[in-house]
Amino acid sequence: MEFMVMILAAAVRSGTPIIFATLGEILTEKGGILNLGLEGIMLVGALTGFAVSFYTGQPWLGIGAAFLAGMALVSLHAFVSITLRGNQVVSGLALTIFGTGVSAFLGQRFIGLTITGLGRVAVPGLSTIPVVGRIFFEHDLLVYVSYFLVAFLWWFLVSTRAGLHLRAVGDTPRVAEAMGIDVTRVRYLATLLGGGIVAVGGAYLSVVYTNIWTEGMSAGRGWIAVALVIFAIWHPGRAAFGAYLFGGVVAFQLRLQAAGTRVPIPLLMMLPYLLTIVVLVFITIRQGKGILFGSPASLGQPYFREEST
Amino acid sequence: MSRMLRVEKRLTQTVWQDVFVTLLSLVLALLFGAVFLRALGVSPWEAYSEMFRASMGDFFGVTETIGKATPIMIAGVGVLLAFKMSVWNIGAAGQAFIGALAATTAVRYFFVDNRFVMFWIMLALVVVTAGSWSAIAGYLKARWNVNEIITTLMLNYIALQILYYFVYGPWRDPASLGFPMTAPFPLAARLPFLGETRIHIGLILAVILAIVFWYVFRSTRWGYEIRVMGQSPRTARFAGMNYGKNVVLVMFLSGAIAGIAGMGEIAGLAGRLQPGFTADYGYTAIIVAWLARLNPLAIPLVSFLIGALQVGGETLQIVMRLPLASTLVLQGLVLFFVLGGEFFRFYRIRLVREVSD
Repeated sequence: MEFMVMILAAAVRSGTPIIFATLGEILTEKGGILNLGLEGIMLVGALTGFAVSFYTGQPWLGIGAAFLAGMALVSLHAFVSITLRGNQVVSGLALTIFGTGVSAFLGQRFIGLTITGLGRVAVPGLSTIPVVGRIFFEHDLLVYVSYFLVAFLWWFLVSTRAGLHLRAVGDTPRVAEAMGIDVTRVRYLATLLGGGIVAVGGAYLSVVYTNIWTEGMSAGRGWIAVALVIFAIWHPGRAAFGAYLFGGVVAFQLRLQAAGTRVPIPLLMMLPYLLTIVVLVFITIRQGKGILFGSPASLGQPYFREEST
Repeated sequence: MSRMLRVEKRLTQTVWQDVFVTLLSLVLALLFGAVFLRALGVSPWEAYSEMFRASMGDFFGVTETIGKATPIMIAGVGVLLAFKMSVWNIGAAGQAFIGALAATTAVRYFFVDNRFVMFWIMLALVVVTAGSWSAIAGYLKARWNVNEIITTLMLNYIALQILYYFVYGPWRDPASLGFPMTAPFPLAARLPFLGETRIHIGLILAVILAIVFWYVFRSTRWGYEIRVMGQSPRTARFAGMNYGKNVVLVMFLSGAIAGIAGMGEIAGLAGRLQPGFTADYGYTAIIVAWLARLNPLAIPLVSFLIGALQVGGETLQIVMRLPLASTLVLQGLVLFFVLGGEFFRFYRIRLVREVSD
């Protein structure tokens, strides 16, 4: 029981960076733009968060700076895929390559340094609930921000007018345009804000989770987030569930390593990636062949207004 | 009367436009790279001339570049094949790891002390293993429409861990002083080099593959079908083409070829299995295929340029103490500019007068 609670609390912590990345991507994809640059954005976010925290001693400044850096980086993808109507798959990959390179390049001087990250704050009241309190309410503040973000995005997409507009833009931009919505503007907003949120996920890794910067430290989490968007059928609530599931596998694997298991470490390290494939297959089969339920109908397709007339 | 910019679709794209846009994109990427270097207090002129000198300045540099370009060329042809069908194989790196593992398996368990025979044994095992590895993603896509971008990527990370398992575990050379590497391959398991260079016969294989697939896409029925399926799976289905079967086949071939790139790296250059030899090949192969505008014949030229970028990057690392990742920065920029340039291939912007009433 004690061990389970520990693993589950660790699952929440290691799932949190993935939650931010997944929510950011859901926001972007709901507007019809496919962003495969998450891995690069997370790395740039992790580096920016670390660097700014290191120089200012203020982790929150670092996280805020990471958000802005994510927006700046993803603006490249936004410009190429929205204004220039370039291929979104290739542009996203370019973003990952560029972000990986830039973060490794600029991050070299920070290797080996440490920062003081966010401390843990138990939520008064809620943390005293047996089991649940220890799993969910004895973390740093950024974890609570992620809870709020899940709820907010859920409410935003389902119950607000702006959320409706966003979904219209992602599904049928032509109709949205006819309704008087500025498709280009909405897509830019969704892509930029989404990129910023993804970068916060990256910053969580360096500023909160490890307190250090290492090259390539996102280790595929950005890609796992891309897969989780499909797993979650673009739903913020299910995204959180998926992220904790993966966080759980990571935490479990780390605990097994620490306990000095006789299973070779590479085989343990494989688990999260293997699970991603298995879950993706399972979820795709369940939704049946063909078009995925919940996928924005015009995801990944450039929109050109003039052609409609 | 007012003037405004209008975006119009071009009706045709010419080869000349392709070449011009690609070259202009490369130049712009280098210019932006220069701004980046300058911002870091490095003289871009010095950096670029150093890169050029090291990679193309003399005979040795050129052979180094060609040696570097060889696996990129092979993997580039591999992913190009999948991209033709609009199947996004992002897993060339993992497929190369599996190819390297298969080649090592051949050396360890099926060794024949004859260079010619050994080459074919290795090649056969690599093709079957790496091909099947990537065909997993192809099968999942064909059968249930599972997103191949994610599966090929996850298979990358899994392949890397399998590689680690063997080089840190059962296959580690006891004489390696704890370094994760296998014992050196016997001479019969090494690929022959051309003269006194670091160019191995993988180069010839790469050029042959490029020509073969150029011919396949230009002049065969199957190549035509692949192109149709890439442009519109719906049309292909109505025309009675078997999309599913071809996804599996194309992924098999694509992965098998990427696997050969991995085999070349260890049986050619390294002469033993060790990790870290193809860290960015997956991405690089994608850049190469895209820069070549999916034309197999352009792959050797583009690979040479990217090879030069990498040799140059290594020199920068040694001479100017810049991180190797600076080449990734440049590669990313090149890709962005080429993509941006596509816009001007397909659209033109005209200044038009509008009469207001």
